[in-house]
Amino acid sequence: MSDTVLELRDVTRRFEVSQGAFRGSAMLTAVSHVSLQVRRGEVFALVGESGSGKSTLAKMLLGLLPPSSGEILIDNAPLSRRNRVAVARRIQPIFQDPYSSLNPRKSIAQLVALPLVVHGVGDRASRRAKVLEMLDMVGLPRRLLDAYPGQLSGGQRQRVAIARALVMRPEVVICDEPTSALDVSVQAQILNLLLELKRELGLTYFFISHNLAVVEHLADRVAVMYLGRIVEERSRAGLFAGPRHPYTRALLDSVLTPDPELGLPDTQIGAMMANPMSDDSGCPFAPRCPSAMDICRTTAPPVRTLSDGWATCHLNQEQEEALSAS
Amino acid sequence: MSETIPAIVEPPAAASEADVLAAAPPRGAWLRGFLRRSVGHGGLMLGGGILLIIVVLALAAPLIAPHDPYHQDLAQRLIPPIWHAHGTWNHVLGTDKLGRDYFSRLLYGAQISLLIGALTVVIAGTIGTLLGVCAGYFGGRVDAVLSYIVTTRLALPVVLVALALAVFVGGSLQGVILVLGLLLWDRFAVVTRSATKQVAQADYVAAARAIGCSTPRILFSEILPNIFNALIVVATLEMAHAILLEAALSFLGLGVQPPLPSWGLMIAEGKQYMFFSPWVIGIPATALVFLVLAINLVGDGLRDVSAPENRN
Amino acid sequence: MALLDVQNLVVDIPTQRGVFHAVRDISFTLERGETLAIVGESGSGKSLTSLALMNLLPKLMKRKAARLTFDGNDLLDMPERGMRKLRGDCMAMIFQEPMTSLNPAYTIGDQLTEALRCHRSVSASAARDRAVQLLERVGIAAADRRLKQYPHQLSGGLRQRVMIAMALMCSPDLIIADEPTTALDVTIQAQILRLLADLKKEFGMAMILISHDLGVVARVADKVAVMYAGSVVESGPVRPVFNAPSHPYTRGLLSCIPVPGRTAPGAPLGAIPGQLPNLIGWLEGCTFRDRCAFAAPECAGEIPTAEPEPGHEVRCVRLPALAGAA
Repeated sequence: MSDTVLELRDVTRRFEVSQGAFRGSAMLTAVSHVSLQVRRGEVFALVGESGSGKSTLAKMLLGLLPPSSGEILIDNAPLSRRNRVAVARRIQPIFQDPYSSLNPRKSIAQLVALPLVVHGVGDRASRRAKVLEMLDMVGLPRRLLDAYPGQLSGGQRQRVAIARALVMRPEVVICDEPTSALDVSVQAQILNLLLELKRELGLTYFFISHNLAVVEHLADRVAVMYLGRIVEERSRAGLFAGPRHPYTRALLDSVLTPDPELGLPDTQIGAMMANPMSDDSGCPFAPRCPSAMDICRTTAPPVRTLSDGWATCHLNQEQEEALSAS
Repeated sequence: MSETIPAIVEPPAAASEADVLAAAPPRGAWLRGFLRRSVGHGGLMLGGGILLIIVVLALAAPLIAPHDPYHQDLAQRLIPPIWHAHGTWNHVLGTDKLGRDYFSRLLYGAQISLLIGALTVVIAGTIGTLLGVCAGYFGGRVDAVLSYIVTTRLALPVVLVALALAVFVGGSLQGVILVLGLLLWDRFAVVTRSATKQVAQADYVAAARAIGCSTPRILFSEILPNIFNALIVVATLEMAHAILLEAALSFLGLGVQPPLPSWGLMIAEGKQYMFFSPWVIGIPATALVFLVLAINLVGDGLRDVSAPENRN
Repeated sequence: MALLDVQNLVVDIPTQRGVFHAVRDISFTLERGETLAIVGESGSGKSLTSLALMNLLPKLMKRKAARLTFDGNDLLDMPERGMRKLRGDCMAMIFQEPMTSLNPAYTIGDQLTEALRCHRSVSASAARDRAVQLLERVGIAAADRRLKQYPHQLSGGLRQRVMIAMALMCSPDLIIADEPTTALDVTIQAQILRLLADLKKEFGMAMILISHDLGVVARVADKVAVMYAGSVVESGPVRPVFNAPSHPYTRGLLSCIPVPGRTAPGAPLGAIPGQLPNLIGWLEGCTFRDRCAFAAPECAGEIPTAEPEPGHEVRCVRLPALAGAA
């Protein structure tokens, strides 16, 4: 068994966007030349804000959307339309909004059993036993078996979604902001459950989030995405100790810990977004970057390899370290 | 904490955990809630009551009809109904120009109206839903082509085309059902298309695809149950529509043919006598109004009672 | 005299099964220039509290209070006409979702000047000048041009800035901000919060911040009120409340959130077991006792308010026992 369970090779996804009746359409690059390797048994976190392309990337990993170019490999076998059903056994999603991710017309038993039915696993009785086992595993009382999603709280629904994702014992779980729609006390319970299940079942998580505190809590490696591009990919410890890309630094500065002694941070970044439609060659973060230089607007930044990952920025090492230290 | 609480907390910033309060009620709670809301809905109860009476009377027609609806007795022509000075208990609602018992004909006519309404809705509903769901789910070119077909159909005046087709196939019960079924699917298609578009956005459809569900399974098991509310409402409205159209076609002589006791036909046959014997038109017309009203009330009521936002 | 004085505020919602006590017996005062944060999870009644202050509750809800004064005016007996004069003029509100609180059919300029022109007899050009000035103040470049744009043409961050400018148009004495940054990206959130804090200082306004985010609250507020199931369980100046949280619910909430550098990565987070209690009907004792690890028989009785430090009020009878456990 190889160490890499999920690999993206130069994956790009473009969308055609209509610009109004008479102006034709433009190309929006949602995901641009992304290459990643997810190792078996790790929690790989993808951090980005709205519009960064992280949800598009998740859809491609789940086979719901084909890449415009590039390749996605699962256990070194390329993902394609043909093997989608087979791949479904190995990659499963947990979505952000548990109010939208469960069919309101199906009972909890039907929802959790659906993957078993689709893949023709077991008979009625064995499927029911399996569903009960899953409910126990995610900490849902068995009496909810015949309840409908409308009767459950948000936290309970997310547990159902987790049970459904894990009933086929997938290798990789794509968690797309699984706790951001939940209250903090429920979020803690779900995060604890996810970590516990990972240890128990040896799962690999591809964890998408905008909440760096959560990412710091459970990730092993972190990739930071900005406007469709990965700008930094590091080990968790390395990234949080010394971010190299100015955007990563701004993200880290923006984390508001419940500490009344610290005031509001000054992230020193602008609010101007680069136009995702234009495909100019410079750094996508240049319009907001406090350390932007002329070269940033014209030339794509080089990839700098670090001991625990890489970052892509025009700043040289001394400049970066000086900024990190300040 | 066995009690549950309605999700009425924090309405403006209704955060997603608002129904953390909802402890799980026991099995069958949804059905009970549905019934409770139904009983509380005046319009639904009234419409359902009238409809139930009409359906029971229609089904029991052979048992309760006092006479053979086709039996002519020219000696007993145009007897007025019982409330009239010259009415007789032998013919409660009087007789028509050929001396047939009007009450019996009304009962058998209800059978025909309900049969036409139901079968038309089945045929039109199947066609319209299939087109609408496909257009809404697949989108893109499929949507463009199917929407073009729907638009074409919407450009055709129903009554005119029904008349032309009726002339072509000849008036008959089967002919009317077929013509109406093939014409009245437009609203099904339009409504299911937009409902499907909305439902297809939901994460549970993405989840089903990620599980590996086949497209037909997604359409039938994930999407159809969730657009059912909308379908039921359209179905009732179209049923009423079909019953009225049948009456119109029969009135014009291009629908159900004599001696079948269609309500529209009864009105048509009575029209020469309406000044001297107004009941020959009044009775079937009243029955028609009640049936259509009842069906519409039921449709409206079902929409109110089963709307997802009404469910806890 | 305090700008806002709220004593024993109650919001009741009649339901088929009895009265739902959504807000129970809340008291606080707010001085000019102060920021009070009301923090709680969904269902705590924090948003209803803010609506009750503005008298914007849905019709079927009943508001009661022993005292409710704003700048010396009694709000309890004030007719709707008087309230309308106050709202927008002296007290303004900022909502969570700027897209739904801005009318998509009118330009930014129309909406900005509307409040000013209906509360003060100001000429169109004077109102426009003020709008431009405020838009520039909230950090919107080319304000002149923005006035002619429609809400959908602006990004989420810009829309929230417009909402803030709109709330400031009549220089209100009090701003109620209900989750003002929840819908925004993290890097934008810090900027908007700083902006609010600066403006508050500059205009000498008081602010009530409604939030579920303990991080935001700790960094922004002067005073905090922690709400649970309709009542305030702990309140006081931010520092003692966050540095020495005393109520078991406050402690639970703070232990739920991962904090980079403080919580050990991968270690289980604190959790608050159970669910919100039923708030219909007669309620007695502490509503948190079913979920509390320190619950004792006396929790079902009358709960006095303890004051471990001046101004820091805690509604818990088990404080002495808790002090030992901390």
